[in-house]
Amino acid sequence: MSNSIPSSVSYEPTGQRLPVKTGPLLELENLSTHYVSSGGTRVVRAVDQVSLRINAGETLGIVGESGSGKSTLALTILRVLPPAARIVEGRMLFDGEDLVQKSDAEMRHIRGKRIAMILQDPMASLNPLFTIGDQVAEPIRVHEGAGRATAWQRARDLLKSVRIPSPETRVTQYPHEMSGGMRQRIVGAIGISCEPRLLIADEPTTSLDLTIQAQYLNLLRAHGLALIFITHNLGIVAKMCDQLAVMYAGRVVESGPVSRIFNAPVHPYTEALLNSIPRMGDSAQRLTAIEGQPPDLAALPRGCAFAPRCDRVFDRCRVEAPPEFAPAGRRTARCWLAAADSTPSDMLVQSGTA
Amino acid sequence: MAIQTEIIGLPPRSRSRLAALRFGDFPLIPVLILGCIALVAIFANLLAPHNPEIGSLAARFKPPFWQTGGSTKYLLGTDQLGRDVLSRLIFGARVSMIVGFTAVIFAGVIGTTLGIISGYLGGWVDQVIMRLTDSWLALPGLTFAIFLAAIVGPSMWNIVIILAVTYWTRYARVIRGEVLSLKEREFVRLAIVAGCSKWTIMQRHILPNVINSAIVLGTLMLGVVIITEATLSFLGIGVPPPQAAWGLMLSDGKQSLMVGRWWLSVLPGCCIMLMVLSANILGDWLRVKLDPQLRQL
Amino acid sequence: MAVLEASGLTKHFHAKRGILGGERGVVRAVDGISFSIEPGHTLGVVGESGCGKTTTAKLVLGLEDPTAGTIRFEGRDLQGLDTAGRRHYRKSVQAVFQDPYASLNPRMRVDAIIAEPLVTNEPLSAAEARSRVLQLLDLVGLPSRAADLFPHEFSGGQRQRIAIARALALSPKLIVLDEPVSALDVSIRAQILNLLRDLQAELGLSYLFIAHDLAAVAHMSHMIVVMYLGKIVESGEARTLARTPKHPYTEALFSAALPSHPDERREEIILSGEVPSPLNPPLGCRFHPRCPHAMARCADEEPMLQDVEGRLVACHLYDAAEHRALIRIAAGVSQVS
Repeated sequence: MSNSIPSSVSYEPTGQRLPVKTGPLLELENLSTHYVSSGGTRVVRAVDQVSLRINAGETLGIVGESGSGKSTLALTILRVLPPAARIVEGRMLFDGEDLVQKSDAEMRHIRGKRIAMILQDPMASLNPLFTIGDQVAEPIRVHEGAGRATAWQRARDLLKSVRIPSPETRVTQYPHEMSGGMRQRIVGAIGISCEPRLLIADEPTTSLDLTIQAQYLNLLRAHGLALIFITHNLGIVAKMCDQLAVMYAGRVVESGPVSRIFNAPVHPYTEALLNSIPRMGDSAQRLTAIEGQPPDLAALPRGCAFAPRCDRVFDRCRVEAPPEFAPAGRRTARCWLAAADSTPSDMLVQSGTA
Repeated sequence: MAIQTEIIGLPPRSRSRLAALRFGDFPLIPVLILGCIALVAIFANLLAPHNPEIGSLAARFKPPFWQTGGSTKYLLGTDQLGRDVLSRLIFGARVSMIVGFTAVIFAGVIGTTLGIISGYLGGWVDQVIMRLTDSWLALPGLTFAIFLAAIVGPSMWNIVIILAVTYWTRYARVIRGEVLSLKEREFVRLAIVAGCSKWTIMQRHILPNVINSAIVLGTLMLGVVIITEATLSFLGIGVPPPQAAWGLMLSDGKQSLMVGRWWLSVLPGCCIMLMVLSANILGDWLRVKLDPQLRQL
Repeated sequence: MAVLEASGLTKHFHAKRGILGGERGVVRAVDGISFSIEPGHTLGVVGESGCGKTTTAKLVLGLEDPTAGTIRFEGRDLQGLDTAGRRHYRKSVQAVFQDPYASLNPRMRVDAIIAEPLVTNEPLSAAEARSRVLQLLDLVGLPSRAADLFPHEFSGGQRQRIAIARALALSPKLIVLDEPVSALDVSIRAQILNLLRDLQAELGLSYLFIAHDLAAVAHMSHMIVVMYLGKIVESGEARTLARTPKHPYTEALFSAALPSHPDERREEIILSGEVPSPLNPPLGCRFHPRCPHAMARCADEEPMLQDVEGRLVACHLYDAAEHRALIRIAAGVSQVS
């Protein structure tokens, strides 16, 4: 319960990048989360051997469709999984500390303070019975032990930094009195209130209008913290992210710098996804559709999970699931097509290629 | 006229709706109990060892066979008119089952229909039906039933009608609530767009989707209805003697309780309790199973 | 002749506030809009929440009656139609909605769902209905065994196909598509959009396509109308509108659209403020409080839709007089008022 908290902190985004510490901010190594049914009969491999890295100040986009495991991954990082889910293997190194090994009490100190998360539906994220001020001030009071007055002052500053007009009146209002765009910004304000190093945003703009979405994305970007953006929308990734990881059936099938993947995707799923989006200004051209349906996670096919829908499938794909290959730089691709010109990443030294 | 689109494969498992109920936590015992009672009611003629309505005065107040003075001829003893308690319990099951189920079904039909009409049509129809429901609900159920019974006179079918008329309001309110939210669902809008009349929509789209709630409510109401019937019989305005009904047996037996002839009240009381408890547990289970399924679908 | 023509279409809702309905207000959901849809063409409607596009869809479908204005279907005014005419309209205009999970009655089998419009409107034998259902399933790319299954056995994309099959049952002329792919996975969207285009080419259907994904609307539509707070602010040919928007709102909207490539740089026009409530639209031009180019005139006078190089724009920037003045300034001639 420190009393050296300044009563007014400027949250204005400075655009400055935080000093880069050595080593990545968050590193996931071979992380797997499985849902086990009550009888132990059905195992759903929601997250399967995921390895990712994000450095301080970077924005990582995780793209996937329903059933890809991206939301489960977010819950895993914060260790807020439902009772049926279990982390079965892997490590999550945050600033060098393994989050998988931490106790509940230790995780409580990390959540909200060092890693924060914002969710898709702002109305569901806000408690309708408490004022905006109460809700924005809550993490500050919990994590930093600030008194009510101090915390409320900081709440007002936070609302100003997310461009909510007349924050002095807004702090005493209730969520239902705000519009959708404002609610989402308030949720964002709650997320950054304790100045976390990492913010995980799970589809935060799906319910927003386009022009409001634009405002909001700019706001998030300007704050300079590391951001994991979970979305199904490649457009958001193109606009916001430095790094990209594409997930399919619980695995990361491709990852690397955004422009390089957009220019030259390695995995057929990534390529098909990129080709299936309608492009503005592209006339009369047929969209490339991906055949088939997303897979049933409880009954994955032998071999590569994408094989039934892949247009470049060959025999080996159906029999053996490909490991993660590291073609070059910070890129990885989980596909036999990448085998030719690279060595499997588990044979490479992990740290180093940045 | 095939178009160049990819033929989509369907999911390999097609589960039947019944299987979706997931019989893992099935309330086996309550269902068995209700099943037994139903069977007993159906085969009462074959199962009852004696005539339930005529007794021999020579064999009055015989205790159950395991007590001194009892005999295996009258397994559970006899009552004040020498009638075999077991036979009366068996035939009483018939009364309880018939009255219970038919009253619940009648109430359900009235209440669900009014609930659907009120919820879907809205406007003044809704207002009228809801005010009717409100005022009906304001009447204390049991008192109202007693009042009606006093007017029309006791008989089993009168009781069924009285119970149906007393309890329909529960259905109407619940079903109307469901219909209000169902009305906004897109498949109802599409039915309007397809040109279906209001009555077709209520029948084809609204009714099948509220049946689940009606069934759940029915099983929960079963207990209430049976208790009410028993109470009416207890008060002497239910099923008329000499017909065997559990409530009536309770009433007749209450004086004898003081002199130690416990079997005349306790046994019918146990039967009532078993039936109502089983119905309630089944209803609770159904509510959990059927309602979330409805939301999911 | 246009399949559908709306002129001055208006829909106002009464909003009651307070327990006893004290303070009344009028929600001007749609306020005097006019558009037309040609046979075999798609009219795209874009706009954000509160712009009135959903209400427009409901008006076209006959789910709501207009407060003012007319809708002409194949030249005939809807208001003046008799029962037979109204029935013909119902059969010719169908819909596909956003949520594939709520669009199908969970208690009906697929063949009953698809055949419902048919059996409601035409005397068909069971065998005839069945064969039409199988034909429609083939048209949308589903196997015939789908007919005997229930909706919950299908995925979102497949359910939307069933919804499309149903919409086609009566061989309509116009289908209202209200966000038909927004609730679907990205990889499935392309399948459904392709299907819709193929059906349009094959059957000569017209679509009223409402979506918030601007690229999808631009891809699918021949003409686009942009709505804001119940009014049309711009309308014109789809691809040129998307490439060179004229109205400031359209500009902002399309600049906010997400890029399809990280190197795609778009001039970002960030609008200030929120969309005002349709209960109290601003006076004059409804967009003027947020418009980066607002002039004094905009607060007083509502701009009318006028033809600017083949596009209809409702903006004072394009008024003839203003236009001439701007040209003069651009040409370096001093202003003499």
